[in-house]
Amino acid sequence: MDWDKLVQLLVSGLTLGSVYALVALGFSMVYGILKLLNLAHGDVLMVGAFIGWGVIGWLGGAQDPKVAVWILIVLMLMAAMAGCGFLGVAIERFAYRPLRRAPRIAPLISALGVSFFLQNSVLLLFGSDFRSYETFDLVEPEVGISWGPLTVWIIRLVVIGSAFAMMAGLWLLVTRTKLGKAMRATAFDREAAAMMGIDVDKVIVKTFFIGSALAGAAGVLVGLVFGQINHFMGFNYGLKGFTAAVVGGIGSIPGAMFGGLFIGISEALSVGYIEDFTRGRLGSAFSDLVVFLILIVFMIVRPQGIFGKPEVKKV
Amino acid sequence: MTLGEGPEQPRIGVDEWVASAEERRARSPLARTQDAVDRAPAALKLLALAAPFAIFPLFIDSEYLMQVGIDTLIFVLLALGLNVAVGWVGLLDLGYVAFFGIGAYLYAAVASPYAGRYWDAALAIPLIAVAVAVSGFLVGLPSRRLAGDYLAIVTLFFLQLWLVVLINASWSRGPNGIADIYPLEFFGRQVTSLDGNYFVALIAFVLIISFLYLLNQSRTGRAWRALREDELAAELMTMPVNRLKLMGFAVGAGVAGVAGAIFAPVQGAVFPGNFDLILLITVYAMVVLGGAGSLVGVTVGAVVINASLEALRDASNASWLFYGVIVVALLALLKPWWQPLAVLGATVLFGFAVHEIAEQARPSLVGGTSFGEARIDELLDSWVLLPVDIVTADGLPTGWLGRVSYIALIAAALGLTLVRSRLWQLVGLVPVLYLAACVWANLLLANPAVTRFVLMGAMLVALMAYRPQGLFGKQRVEIV
Repeated sequence: MDWDKLVQLLVSGLTLGSVYALVALGFSMVYGILKLLNLAHGDVLMVGAFIGWGVIGWLGGAQDPKVAVWILIVLMLMAAMAGCGFLGVAIERFAYRPLRRAPRIAPLISALGVSFFLQNSVLLLFGSDFRSYETFDLVEPEVGISWGPLTVWIIRLVVIGSAFAMMAGLWLLVTRTKLGKAMRATAFDREAAAMMGIDVDKVIVKTFFIGSALAGAAGVLVGLVFGQINHFMGFNYGLKGFTAAVVGGIGSIPGAMFGGLFIGISEALSVGYIEDFTRGRLGSAFSDLVVFLILIVFMIVRPQGIFGKPEVKKV
Repeated sequence: MTLGEGPEQPRIGVDEWVASAEERRARSPLARTQDAVDRAPAALKLLALAAPFAIFPLFIDSEYLMQVGIDTLIFVLLALGLNVAVGWVGLLDLGYVAFFGIGAYLYAAVASPYAGRYWDAALAIPLIAVAVAVSGFLVGLPSRRLAGDYLAIVTLFFLQLWLVVLINASWSRGPNGIADIYPLEFFGRQVTSLDGNYFVALIAFVLIISFLYLLNQSRTGRAWRALREDELAAELMTMPVNRLKLMGFAVGAGVAGVAGAIFAPVQGAVFPGNFDLILLITVYAMVVLGGAGSLVGVTVGAVVINASLEALRDASNASWLFYGVIVVALLALLKPWWQPLAVLGATVLFGFAVHEIAEQARPSLVGGTSFGEARIDELLDSWVLLPVDIVTADGLPTGWLGRVSYIALIAAALGLTLVRSRLWQLVGLVPVLYLAACVWANLLLANPAVTRFVLMGAMLVALMAYRPQGLFGKQRVEIV
C-alpha cells in the first residue's frame, strides 16, 4: 500500500470537497426555501472565478502584485462574494420571482436560460481561452506545511481553511441569528412564516445573496487551486455540487457540507485508483462514473440523502 | 374539450372565474388564431404543417439551404420528442440530447466500415428507436421515487457521463468520432442525395407527429396530461403515476433515437461535440417558444429557432433581423400606435445627439467602422458610438466600450422592467434602445456565433416571465 499516494489523494479530495461543499450549501439553502433547483448556481461560481481573476489583473498581476499576497487573496474573495451575491439577487429578482406561482417546470427552464446566458456572456466578454490565475507565481509550490515526506501546498490549506471558516460562519448565522431563524421558518412553511410577520421575500433575497456569495468564493478558491478557469467550468462544479447536496440530503446544511466532502474525496480517490482497480481499462477521466454511481445508489437506497428527512406528501 | 356549447347558458363543470378568464383571453387575436388551430381537424393540421416542408425543395436550388432544411427537420423531430417529456408529462429531462447521441452512435455501430456491418435502415431505425427508448427507461428508473427535481439532476449527470464516455472510451474512438458512416439504405436502395435525405427526414416527421398525435389522444395521453396538472389527484384516480412518467420519458428518448439514427448517416460522421449542452438548450428553446404541449407549436418553434440561428450566423443578415425584431416588438407591444413611433423617433434623435457630443469631446470614440457589411450597418456607423479598433484580429473585443456597455445594457434593461410608471418606461426605453444598438455594433456583431446563444438564453428567461405558454401553448387558468 502506497500511503503517500493515499494521503495526497485525501488532501486533494478534501480541497475539492470543500469547494463542492460551498456550492452544495448555496444550492441546498435555495432549495430548502423555494423548492427550486437553481441550475444557474454553477455559472455563478464561474462568474466569481472571473471576478477573482479580474482582481489579480487589476492589482498588477500574479508575478508582481501591488499588495501582500494574503491581502490579495482576501480582496479577491471579497470582490467575488460581493459581485456574485448581487448577481444572485438579480437572478432571483428577474428570473425566479415572476415565476413563484408558475408550474414547477417553469423556473427550471428559466434557470437553464440564465445559465446559458451567463456562460455565453462571459464567452463574449473574455473569449473561449482558458484564463490562468498563475498561482504558482503568487505562492511557490514548495511553500507549505511539511509532514514527514509529505508537503501540503499552502494554497490548499488556505482553500480548505477558508471554506471551513465560511461553513462555520454560515452555521452560526443559521442557528444563532434572527435571520437564520427566519430562514429556517421560511423553509419549514413559507405561508405560515409569512403569517407570523416574516417578510418572506426579503428572506429569499438574503438567502440568494448568501448562497451566491458562497459560490463566488468557491469560484475564487477553484481558480487558486487549479489555476485555470474558463466560461464552461461552472457546469462541472454545479453538477457535483447538486450531487453533493442530494447525497447529503437536499435542504439540509450539515448534509450539504458532508455531501460535498464525501463527493470530493470519492472523486479524488477514484481518480487515483480507478486505473489500478480496472487493470487499466478505465482511465482517470472515468472518475465521474464513480460519482454518478454513488448518486444512483443514493437515489435507490436513500433518496432523501444522508441527513434529509423523507418527504411526506400532504393532501 | 368544451362541454356545454353556446355562450348564453352557463357551461357545466366550468367555474365562473375560469370562464371569465377564458372570455378575456378570447378577445386577443393571437388567442383566436390559437383556437382556430385547435378546432381544425387533425388531418388538416398535419397537411398544413407538412406541406411547407414538402414544397420547400421545389423552390430551393442551393445545397446549403437543403442542408439547413434537413437540419431543421431533425430539430423538429428532437423538439417533438422533448415535448413528450416536458410538455405532456411535465418532467425536466436534462439528458435528452444524450439519447439523440445514443441513437446516432447506434446507427454508426450498425452501418459503418468501422463496425463492419451495413444494416438496412428499415430494420435499423425501428430497432434503434426501441433500444434508445429502453435506455431512457433505465435512466429514469432510479429516480422514480421522487421524480421531478431528482430526475433533472440524474439526467443532467447522465448527459455529462455520456460525453465523458464518448470522449474517453476506445469503442467510440474518442473526440475524433466515427467517420464514413454509410448512407441510409432502404430495401437495398441507397439514399445518397440531399433531396433523398430530406424526404426521409420529412417522412419520419409525418410518421412521428401522427404517432404522437394519436398517442396524445389515447388513454395514455390523457393520463399524462392529468398527472402533469396534478400528480396527487391523478394518483388518487388510480393512475400508475410512476409507470406513466417512465413511459413518457422512454417515448421521448425513442423519438430522439430516431432523430439520431437519421442524423448520423446524413452527416456521415458522429462526434461527441454534436451532443452537448448547447444542443440541449436549443431544443428546450424550441419547445418553450412554440409552446410546450402543442405539437403544432413545437414544430413551429423548432423552425423559427433554427431559421433564426442560421440567419444570425451571417453578420449582414443578423443586423436586419436584430433591428427588425426590435421595431416589430415595439409596434406589437406598445399601444396606441403613436407610442412606438414616438420612442423610435426619440431614439434616433437621442443617438444623433450623443454621437455629436462624443465627436466634439473625443473623436476617437466615433472613428471606427462597424463589423457588419449590410447597408443598415453603414447607415448606423454615423449614429452609434464606434471607437477606433473595436475588435482584435481573433474577433475578441478589445474596446472597453463594448464590454462596459454590455454590462450596462443588462443592468439598464433589467432596471427598466422595475419601472412602474408608463411614461418613465417609455422615456427609459430610449437610452436602453440606443445602448442596445451600441452593444450590437461594438460587441455582438463581432461574435455572431456567441451572440445567438446569448440571445437564446435571454429569450428563455423572458419567455418564462412573460409568456410561459409560448406561442401556441395554452395557459392554465386556475381557481385560486
